[in-house]
Amino acid sequence: MEIIDILLAASFWEAAIRIATPLIFGVLGALVCERAGVLNLGIEGIFTAGAMAGWMAVWLGAGLWGGILVAALAGGFFGLIHAILTVPLGLSQHVSGIGVTLLATSLSYFTYRTALPDVSSPPRIEPFRPLDIPFLSDLPFIGQALFSQTAMTMLALVLVFVTGWVLYRTPLGLAIRAVGDNPSSVEAQGLSVYALRIGAVVVGSSFMALGGAFLTMSAFDAFFFGMINGRGWVCIALTVFASWRPGKALIGALLFGAFDAFQVRLQTEVGAFLPSQVFLMMPYILSIIALIVVARKADYPKALLVPWFKGQR
Amino acid sequence: MIRFEPRSNPGPFLIYGVPVLAATIAILLAAIPLALAGAPIFKAYGLMITGAFGSVFSVSEMLTRATPLILTGLAAAIAFRAKLWNIGAEGQLYMGAMAAVAIGSGVVDGPSWVMIPLIILAGMAAGALMLIGPTLLKTRLGVDEVVTTLLLNFIVLLFVQMMLEGALKDPMSMGWPQSEPIIDSAIFPPLLERMRVHIGLIIALGCAVALAVLVKRTVWGFEIRAVGENAPAARFSGISVTKTMVLVAALSGGLAGLAGVSEVAGTRGYLATDLSPGYGYAGIVVAMLARLSPVGVIASALFVASVFVGADSMSRAIGVSSYLADLIVAMALLCVLIGGFLTRFKVHFDRKSTAG
Repeated sequence: MEIIDILLAASFWEAAIRIATPLIFGVLGALVCERAGVLNLGIEGIFTAGAMAGWMAVWLGAGLWGGILVAALAGGFFGLIHAILTVPLGLSQHVSGIGVTLLATSLSYFTYRTALPDVSSPPRIEPFRPLDIPFLSDLPFIGQALFSQTAMTMLALVLVFVTGWVLYRTPLGLAIRAVGDNPSSVEAQGLSVYALRIGAVVVGSSFMALGGAFLTMSAFDAFFFGMINGRGWVCIALTVFASWRPGKALIGALLFGAFDAFQVRLQTEVGAFLPSQVFLMMPYILSIIALIVVARKADYPKALLVPWFKGQR
Repeated sequence: MIRFEPRSNPGPFLIYGVPVLAATIAILLAAIPLALAGAPIFKAYGLMITGAFGSVFSVSEMLTRATPLILTGLAAAIAFRAKLWNIGAEGQLYMGAMAAVAIGSGVVDGPSWVMIPLIILAGMAAGALMLIGPTLLKTRLGVDEVVTTLLLNFIVLLFVQMMLEGALKDPMSMGWPQSEPIIDSAIFPPLLERMRVHIGLIIALGCAVALAVLVKRTVWGFEIRAVGENAPAARFSGISVTKTMVLVAALSGGLAGLAGVSEVAGTRGYLATDLSPGYGYAGIVVAMLARLSPVGVIASALFVASVFVGADSMSRAIGVSSYLADLIVAMALLCVLIGGFLTRFKVHFDRKSTAG
């Protein structure tokens, strides 16, 4: 009975959507890159860079939306490095991605430590406030669960629809999907494979950075070392789970958020019997299970990981 | 426009020169963050060099750091050769360390020549099992091993934390989550008196040579290379890809596990959750700088270790964040990746765009 009570509480769904928000940004970013044929393992570092850069911009007085812009630009910058190495140069997407993660993470930490050499408690910013939309926020249940989230959650939801619309309803989306399945066919139409792939990786990476920025500018109000804690890798798993579709990405992230919110509440009920680490492991174990479940029927973009060179047939 | 033309046979200058050049460029690029941090650049470089090579003590520290890096570097090198993307060396290292502590902290006792091989075997087995699981998931079900090995790093670290607060907790540790110390007979003896560098270094060097022989001179090595270069062709010629992959996983995970054993039994003496400052991830850089050559891993591990030790000592002296070391290492990885491209392709700059 307690389980039913947990699941029916608006506060539970409020938490689930809050936990899902950075994952929505991350999975959308990863799927835009992978749809164009480029695996972006820079995601973990790009999350870190977005979290640090966005927070620092706000802390320096750029304002919250200025912070969002700075985070997106930082993500795009690291995405561009990954794109140049993997698209025109055709280098290993695995190794380049790990390299970008190491670079973005260490650069973020170095910058933070250099700007704030000896602070013991991290300085705080004024983060995004919960929305108070007239009428909508006062609705029972959904008013608290959805319409009292912050503007960044709304941005994530809008981005789901925009990404889906661009990918499936525009010529640009058709070209991006084609470049991840059969790049030579795109070349034959007179479009630039390089430009499409680089563009997709840069845009996807800036989405990822927003996921990081959500953590420092909306969920919390400060930057901590190690705060990303594998969220980026979880997104890579969720992207496979979502079969590279924005709508399913939203559902996957929400399921994941609901599960995470649920286990936190379960922990307060049965926490005395199990060590806390068992609960903390759950998100990672769940990601691996999600991967195993869909592995057999996963329909990877056909040209994912396959470098393509101009003039090749 | 720019054209790339494949090189059939890169000469020794490119093969050995490019990684050295990449490492040098990475070090020089560090001048930019140093300057932005307002540090005296030449003094900083000088402090880094003396920090890593300035005295017997600092060389001993550098070699102590290089020991786990050689082992995780070998772990990445052998796995990447077979295109098994093991990014989980960090977790395998901790599992190895935990197995060593579980056996080597007093449950059994014996002379050193029994205890040291025993904890090594236990640690290697634990590390190997950690990678065989994801490898079987990959070969049987097609589950991407990159994500599973990455996620396992987080799971293992939480598991270690749980064990250190539970079954493996040292009752004498005043509440700190750390294991009981490794007993004297299982401790890796130091190589120099009053220095930290220990017998683990000799073991790591031995592993590098053994792995080089295995890759170059045995049928197994041939099969590993064949599977890495073209798995369908290897399968067609009668090589069991699954068997080869599992063998590679056992070797790679085992080497990473051994790095953990060497750290608890040689350097630290007990297990805590801060045993490794990312040796598993740095091993990937070591392997790439070595162009996946087992003997080359020794040289690149020495380079990465001196960057870490040098930057640590420099940052203590003039107050620049020691994350500079991680930054240099990351830049070295990206530079050597680009360098690898230049060894495989000639770059032509044509005046006029040539069609077709």
